Amino acid sequence: MSERREFLVKGIRGIGLAVMGGLAWTGIMDGKKAYPLILRPPAALPEEEFLVKCLKCGQCVEACPYDSLVLASPGDERPIGTPYYIPRKRPCFMCKDIPCVKACPSGALDPELVTERDEKGMERLSINRSKMGIAAIDRESCIAYWGIQCDACYRKCPRMDKALSIEYIKNDRTGKHTIMAPVVHSDACTGCGLCESVCITKKASIFVLPRKVAMGETGGHYQKGWEKLAEEPAMVPEEAPTVTPRSSRNPMDYLNEGL
Amino acid sequence: MRIMAQKWLILRRITQLSIFLLFIAGNLLGWTVLRGDLSAGKLLDTVPLTDPFAILQILAAGSLLSLDALAGGLIVLLFYSLLAGRAFCGWVCPMNMVTDGANRLRRSLGWKTDGWRVSSRTRYWIMAMALVLSPILGVAAFEWISPVSILHRGLIYGMGMGWTAVAAVFLFDLMAVRNGFCGHLCPLGGFWSLIGRFSLIRVRHNREQCSLCMDCVNICPERQVLGMVGKESGPLLSGECLNCGRCIDVCETKAMKWGTRFGKDQQSAVSP
Repeated sequence: MSERREFLVKGIRGIGLAVMGGLAWTGIMDGKKAYPLILRPPAALPEEEFLVKCLKCGQCVEACPYDSLVLASPGDERPIGTPYYIPRKRPCFMCKDIPCVKACPSGALDPELVTERDEKGMERLSINRSKMGIAAIDRESCIAYWGIQCDACYRKCPRMDKALSIEYIKNDRTGKHTIMAPVVHSDACTGCGLCESVCITKKASIFVLPRKVAMGETGGHYQKGWEKLAEEPAMVPEEAPTVTPRSSRNPMDYLNEGL
Repeated sequence: MRIMAQKWLILRRITQLSIFLLFIAGNLLGWTVLRGDLSAGKLLDTVPLTDPFAILQILAAGSLLSLDALAGGLIVLLFYSLLAGRAFCGWVCPMNMVTDGANRLRRSLGWKTDGWRVSSRTRYWIMAMALVLSPILGVAAFEWISPVSILHRGLIYGMGMGWTAVAAVFLFDLMAVRNGFCGHLCPLGGFWSLIGRFSLIRVRHNREQCSLCMDCVNICPERQVLGMVGKESGPLLSGECLNCGRCIDVCETKAMKWGTRFGKDQQSAVSP
C-alpha cells in the first residue's frame, strides 16, 4: 500500500471512529437531559439555560437549611448532578435570605430574578418573586370541593390569600351549605409546595408543577381591552383629521343623495 | 522502613481522603473549609475553585459563567499549570484510588499483560470530542457522563446508582486495559496532561544511581513518561506524569527524587 493511500485510510478510519463515538455519546445523553416535571430551586434560569450553566457542585443543596434540595444522582432519572426538590417529601420553606441562590457560583440560580427594588432604588432579595412552579388542584379528589371542610393547604400557604384563597361556592347537593374551595392565583404562587406537603388526601390533591407545564399562554393576538394597556398599541390613529375628497362633505349629505 | 518505602503513596492517600472528608463535612456538618465538590467548590468560604475543563465545555456550549466561577477556574488552572503539574489525577481525584486498586489487584494476581491495546492518546480525542459535542448537545458534554464526576459528587451527596459507573471503571482497568481509564480514556486526565506540561514541580531521574531494575517503570501508571530511565539524568518533562511519586517510593537506589524542571543534577556534573 502506498504511503498516501495508507494515510487516507487511516484518516477515514479516524473520522469514522470519531463519528461513531460522537453518535454513541449523543445516544447516551439523549433523554438524560430533559425531565419536564422537575422543580428547580428559586431563581433558576429557564430550564435549557439552567442545564448549560449548572456546574453540578451542589452548593445550593448544602446551603438549604431544610434539606429540601437534593442533587440528582444516577438512578433518579433526572438530569444528573442537578438540584431539585420534591414538595410532597420536603417543600421549599421560602427562606427570606434565600441561601441557595447566594451559594450558587455559576449563575444558574440568578439573584436578579428574585431581586426587588424599593422607591429609593435599594435592592433586596425577595423570595416572593420566585417562580419555582405553580400549584394545581384536582377538584375531583380535593375533599374541600366535595363540601367537607378542609383548609390545610390554605392555612399552610406562606402567601395566604394572595397565592391561595378560599372561595365560597353554594353547595347545590345540600342546598344550604357552603363549599369552601381553595383557589390558586398564578401571579402570587411561588410553587414552594408547602400546600402539597400538608394535603390530607392519600395522594396530594394540590400539587406543584413547573409553570411551563401547567400554564397556558395566550400569545399576543388577544388583549384585555378593559384593562389599561402597558403601552399604547402601535396602530392608534393620529389625532389629525384625515381629509379626502369624500370627507370634505358631510356624510349625511351624500348618503341621502337622490332621496 | 516498610512504611517509609510507601511514603508518597501514604501521603497521597491522606491528601485524597482528607479532601473528601472535608467536602463531606462541608455538606453534612456545615464546615466551611471546603464546600461544593470537585466541579465547583469554595475554600474557607472565600476562595472559589472551579474545574477549568467544565468551564471550557460550558463556554463551548455557548454560555457565560459568573465572574466568581471564572475566577475559580483561573485559580485552579494557575496552580496546576505553574506549580503542581498533573497532580490533580494523583493527589485529588478519587477515581485514582479505584484504578490504583484495580492495578494492585492485577499485580497481586500476577497478571503481567497490559490487556487490549488502546492508544494512550485516545483521551485527547475524547477531550476534543467533548468540546465539539458541547455546542451540539447544548450542555457540557463530558460533565453529563463523567464517571469521575459521578464518583466525587456521589461521595459527597449520595451515590444512587452511580456505583455502577465506578464498578465499570474498576473492571475495565482490571480486565481490559492496564491503567485503562486514567491513562487512556479520561478526557479530564488528558486536559490536565496538556495543562501540566510546563509546571515547576517534577520528578527527577539520576542516571548514575540507577541500577536498571525497572521497578519504577513497572509501578508507573504512565510508563511512557519514564523513557529516560537508565539513559540520561534530568527531570521527567512529560505532562502525562501525574506527580504521584510512586517511582520515588519503589526506587531502592534513590535514582528518583522530587525536584523542579530547572537546574542540573549535581551527581551528573561529577559523573565519571
